[in-house]
Amino acid sequence: MTDKSNSYNKSLLNDAGTRSLVFQIVLLAIVVFVGYYLFSNLQANLANRGISTGFSFLNEPAGFPVLIHLIEYTESNSYGRAFLVALINTFVISFLGIALATVIGVIMGLARLSNNWLVARLATVYIETLRNLPLLLQMFFWYFAVLAALPAPKNSFIFADFFLNKRGIYSPNPIAQDGFGIVVTGFFLSIAAAIALIVWAKKRQTRTGMTFPAYWASLGLIIVVTFLALAVSGFPIEFDLPQKSRFNVTGGMVLPPEFVAVLVALSTYTGAFIAEIVRAGILSVNWGQTEAARSLGLKDSLTQRLIVLPQALRVIIPPLTSQYLNLAKNSSLGAAIAYPELVAVVMGTTLNQTGQAIETIGLCMLVYGTLSLSISMFMNWYNKKMSLMER
Amino acid sequence: MKSNVGKLLSTAAVAATLSTAASAATLDDVKAKGFIQCGVSQGVPGFSNADASGNWTGIDVDACRAVAAAVFNDAQAVKFTPLSAKERFTALQSGEIDILSRNTTWTYTRDNSLGIDFTAVNFYDGQGFMARKDLGITSALELDGATVCTEQGTTTELNMADFFRKHNLSYVPVVVQKADEAVAAYASGRCDVFTTDKSGLAAQRSKLADPNDHIILDETISKEPLGPAVRHGDNQWKDIVTWAMFVQVNAEEMGITSKNVATIKKETTDPGILRLLGAEGDMGSQLGLSSDWAYNIISKVGNYGEVFEANVGPSTPVGLPRGINNLWTEGGIMYAPPVR
Repeated sequence: MTDKSNSYNKSLLNDAGTRSLVFQIVLLAIVVFVGYYLFSNLQANLANRGISTGFSFLNEPAGFPVLIHLIEYTESNSYGRAFLVALINTFVISFLGIALATVIGVIMGLARLSNNWLVARLATVYIETLRNLPLLLQMFFWYFAVLAALPAPKNSFIFADFFLNKRGIYSPNPIAQDGFGIVVTGFFLSIAAAIALIVWAKKRQTRTGMTFPAYWASLGLIIVVTFLALAVSGFPIEFDLPQKSRFNVTGGMVLPPEFVAVLVALSTYTGAFIAEIVRAGILSVNWGQTEAARSLGLKDSLTQRLIVLPQALRVIIPPLTSQYLNLAKNSSLGAAIAYPELVAVVMGTTLNQTGQAIETIGLCMLVYGTLSLSISMFMNWYNKKMSLMER
Repeated sequence: MKSNVGKLLSTAAVAATLSTAASAATLDDVKAKGFIQCGVSQGVPGFSNADASGNWTGIDVDACRAVAAAVFNDAQAVKFTPLSAKERFTALQSGEIDILSRNTTWTYTRDNSLGIDFTAVNFYDGQGFMARKDLGITSALELDGATVCTEQGTTTELNMADFFRKHNLSYVPVVVQKADEAVAAYASGRCDVFTTDKSGLAAQRSKLADPNDHIILDETISKEPLGPAVRHGDNQWKDIVTWAMFVQVNAEEMGITSKNVATIKKETTDPGILRLLGAEGDMGSQLGLSSDWAYNIISKVGNYGEVFEANVGPSTPVGLPRGINNLWTEGGIMYAPPVR
């Protein structure tokens, strides 16, 4: 050993940066080693006990039916396909729930701030009731008390070709015929035109200050163009009509009570929380802002839309994100009332038929993790977009 | 969901800690803790059901009590864990329970891929359908287009699918997480028929508002041999649970009941009975038990016929006929290997 190398060692030992780096590497190594040890141990023990492992079961035929499937699915399809069906059901209920809960929340939040005594009180009663009852109880209420009180299939309410009974709402099912492509093309072209119109209107307003009712105009544009396309192609749609059969109404499209109960329960429950968030957001905007807007001569609706709401959103968005995440995760409660979402199909039936708890629960955790992180990322992006730009 | 995640974690923890003791002797563990942890249903009258004061009864409960009587000479040395259909196998795999006795069907896949072993059949069952009488149907083959309610996570779900596919009938499946809510959905009119094992149908019908408004259709669409299961790899424990059941069947065949077992042990000269009751030789040591292990089962729990009559027989609310569960000598298929 020379003096030189000694001093080299010493300086490294005393260097705070190097030391913390070493500690972090050691810690990481320990974490990785413990993780690997647990994983290999788990594998060995599962094998010892004769418990099957791996994801090969996803290719095996599932053999069980699923009530609601938006893609083609029969009993002879694979577990993987059943997983996909359940995944779609979870996504659909989450996104519809989020949309509906937002609408309900905004309306109820504004209603609670209303100057009309009755409207404000009704909104208060709604919020306090739904917020304080367990969600599972509300699902049972909608499913077993409200929807089960509808008439039996024999005595369905019938309106034109629509049937309503305790098995669901049945409506004619449109089936596209030859030439429907023209309608689809027309629809998408009109949407493109509508977007162009809105962009143009915005630019013109920035330039000249003149307003143009772009949203109404584009809505009209889409309707007119689509209808024209339908007329030109000779209405290429046929309807599969629901009909009474021995036990049920068959044919047509059906909205089963399980779906309705879960959607209504999720959106009204979360809507009550969102209402309070909206109210808090609006109250957080200083009254002086409204007075200032009025003194500039803005109408009440414009004051709300251009002055109050953009500022309120900064307060609203972060807690709103939490509510969206809650809703997506709460959709798993649908399993209790036979809505075939992820927990019901994968952690229920698939887990029980294959016995592969670790794989199926792992899959579910992955899906909920991904779903929640995507919602979170989207809302963070939106939050950034809406945050106050200081000039 | 929560409990399942818990089970996953306990599976992982158990797997991580027991590296070499994967096939640890359950008998030693059970003796050390002084009781048997028995996994049962969340309430199926006649099979495993808790009364208002928390006392469990049923033939699945008695299967565990028989083992407790054999090991501890005390039929009450059992603690019960109510499990849903989908929790049950994980609970057994992870070591949370020692015996799974929860009207569970013995199937190929379950026996071979779940890391569990079935022991013996304590009830031969088959799946059937229950329908409202006013529908006017008499056969399951008339169910084309019907809506069917069932509980999730059972062989029932697959049998139902197989039955409708085989006969090319259309149907709407409503699969509910728990049995109680599945029956509630049927009772509310969401479904035309409710399907599960026939014993379960009889039990559930006895709980409906007006049992006479519902009929159980004649067809039996599957074989459902129900019985207790244990963890794979512990042969001694598996043998104990298996033979606890066989002893009860043999006792019925020999006419030994809980009431006359003491007298018979004193008075009989039949070598077969003397062997069974431990008055001659020591059969118990082969299982690591005392010589009077079979005597204790019969005196504390009873023979198979007594257990059947007390829990699901015609005089009970479940009211099932003995049927194929009768002894082979009486026209049924209950048959146990001899104790010798």
